[in-house]
Amino acid sequence: MTQILPHSAAADVFNKDEARVNWHDETLWFVRQKRDKAAFQIPEWEALRETASQIKNNALSNLHDYLLEFEANAKKNGIIVHWAADAKEHNEIVLKIIRPPISDGDVNSKLPHRGRGGLVKSKSMLTEECNLNDYLAENGVEVIDSDLGERIIQLNHEPPSHIVMPCIHLKKEEISDIFHEHLGTEKGNADPQYLTETARQHLRETFLTRTVALTGVNFAIAETGEFVVCTNEGNADMGVHLADVHIACMGFEKVIPKREHLGVFLRLLARSATGQPITTYSSHFKKPRAGQEMHLVIVDNGRSTQLGRPDFRNSLKCIRCAACLNTCPVYRRSGGHSYHSAVSGPIGSILAPNLDMTKNADLPFASTLCGSCSNVCPVKIDIHQQLYKWRQVLMQAGHAPVGKTLGMQAMNFTLSSPTVFGNAGKVGRWVLKNTPFVVNNPLNLWYKQREMPEPPQESFREWYKKRTSPLAPEGG
Amino acid sequence: MKTNNSRENILSKIKQNQPEWVCLPTFDGLKTVFKDDIEKFKTTLAGIGGQVIEIAKLEEIAEYVQTHFSAPLRVVSTLPQLAAVAETNWLADDPHSLASVELAIIKAHFGVAENGALWTTEVLLGQRVTPFICQNLAVVLSKNDIVATMHHAYERIGTADYDFGTFIAGPSKTADIEQSLVLGAHGSRTMTVFLWGHK
Repeated sequence: MTQILPHSAAADVFNKDEARVNWHDETLWFVRQKRDKAAFQIPEWEALRETASQIKNNALSNLHDYLLEFEANAKKNGIIVHWAADAKEHNEIVLKIIRPPISDGDVNSKLPHRGRGGLVKSKSMLTEECNLNDYLAENGVEVIDSDLGERIIQLNHEPPSHIVMPCIHLKKEEISDIFHEHLGTEKGNADPQYLTETARQHLRETFLTRTVALTGVNFAIAETGEFVVCTNEGNADMGVHLADVHIACMGFEKVIPKREHLGVFLRLLARSATGQPITTYSSHFKKPRAGQEMHLVIVDNGRSTQLGRPDFRNSLKCIRCAACLNTCPVYRRSGGHSYHSAVSGPIGSILAPNLDMTKNADLPFASTLCGSCSNVCPVKIDIHQQLYKWRQVLMQAGHAPVGKTLGMQAMNFTLSSPTVFGNAGKVGRWVLKNTPFVVNNPLNLWYKQREMPEPPQESFREWYKKRTSPLAPEGG
Repeated sequence: MKTNNSRENILSKIKQNQPEWVCLPTFDGLKTVFKDDIEKFKTTLAGIGGQVIEIAKLEEIAEYVQTHFSAPLRVVSTLPQLAAVAETNWLADDPHSLASVELAIIKAHFGVAENGALWTTEVLLGQRVTPFICQNLAVVLSKNDIVATMHHAYERIGTADYDFGTFIAGPSKTADIEQSLVLGAHGSRTMTVFLWGHK
């Protein structure tokens, strides 16, 4: 494994190619504009957001009972329900479904080793979070990602850089090279139509031959025990309707109380994500197909801890639309990979510290706190406020980067004493004027991509003492 | 069993950590009203890559099939009225065998004006994989069966006990390569709605 760079350092690398950064920035802003256009066509958009937010608030406040209700109804529908405390247990459960241990059941079971042909998988950020693909590969199960973007990055051996558009960081010429190498497409042909058609043919073969299919879950309905999976490509449906076994994996926060609530969320999800009025397919899975096994894995992996943090529990309302990524000036200009977390961008930056404070201490600082993320969030998560609050928590818990800690200590020392503050100002002005190289160097982040202003001749305090206003009190 | 422990542990931690109960909202003021639901449906579906053909009687579908999908192209349907131009005895076949279907003609329960989506369930699909595996999809919809928004849609679905149901809105698509929209990702390449009836 390569060393994980903190966000700011990774962003520096990303920023070396200015033309590419501009392209990335514009591509994502284009998606944000499509979202605006779709949202503005709905007069009740704000009321919809508020309603969605309140449904999710209710869901979190009664999560225990809703999960029990969901589980009972799902079982009644013939779905096999599993619970996983963490990523490890999730992965083990999935492997066990694919390849039941011989000793565990009937040796003559008609479906032993059903993962021999591999697993076909549609998009699931949860399985990214759990590193399922690597785990299955280590255990000899081949995984083929069937979402076009995910397949591209899988062939290129890299993680997704965006939760809705996994390969948004790649240019079509690069995708053309990847396809030329792995799928034998014409060298230099970067026509998206041609490349997509090639992937369609290649994956159709996969759909027709795999016997186990895995999907994520967008919404799970307590009232009915059904779950909903949304795609534009139709890859989730192609996988599961042809497979003997359907495994669906969900974080427990995906549960919503009633079927009618889908009306609210399906109106918001695609419009917020890509500006479409709805995804092409919104499939409701209630019972397994005749002769098919349907498994549902409900995962905690830190979510119950996050639920117990009053300042951060609202992050669990997220429906993974990625509107906050597309609008974020830092995401657009630093790229998804600099967040070194399965879910990148503003929402990822408030989810990741819960999973690992030490590893992800840099992420809440990857923001200007401009608040655009909170403004576009379809379920009204106070993302920028949580980013700010995580900074306080991380600093107090001693997870701040060393440079930031030293800087804060120096600042504290300086601002605590009027004498030190006055002298520091004098020194600063002298340095800027006479030895600018002392501060104008790569060690000083304030100089990055900017020039410092001309230093003033005197400070406000010096001027105030010297001034000769008739209104000034004597000796002031 | 370990799994059982996880279930109990997760649930008890959730119970302990979940916030104080807050009530569910009502849906007041959420339902947009369109001047003409049928017109809105038609323009929305066209906007997402679908095609609408208005028909007065079902025989027109047979004519369309004969013109555009003549033999040897494989056509299947769940509508017995189309038996002359489409196979209708494939419902119990292995779903993989539908891979060769060029055109599938099915029915939908209703359409949604605001997003061009059609609600259809297993009983109308014949097989779950039908609308996804076919190269081209056609759906027959009565003009009387169009609702305004998704709220109306779920009101209409109510407590229906389907095994599998799906909203389908246009042909399958992707924009994963540089945001260039391509129709025909993994599901059907085209989607035609035969909008049926007078109005």
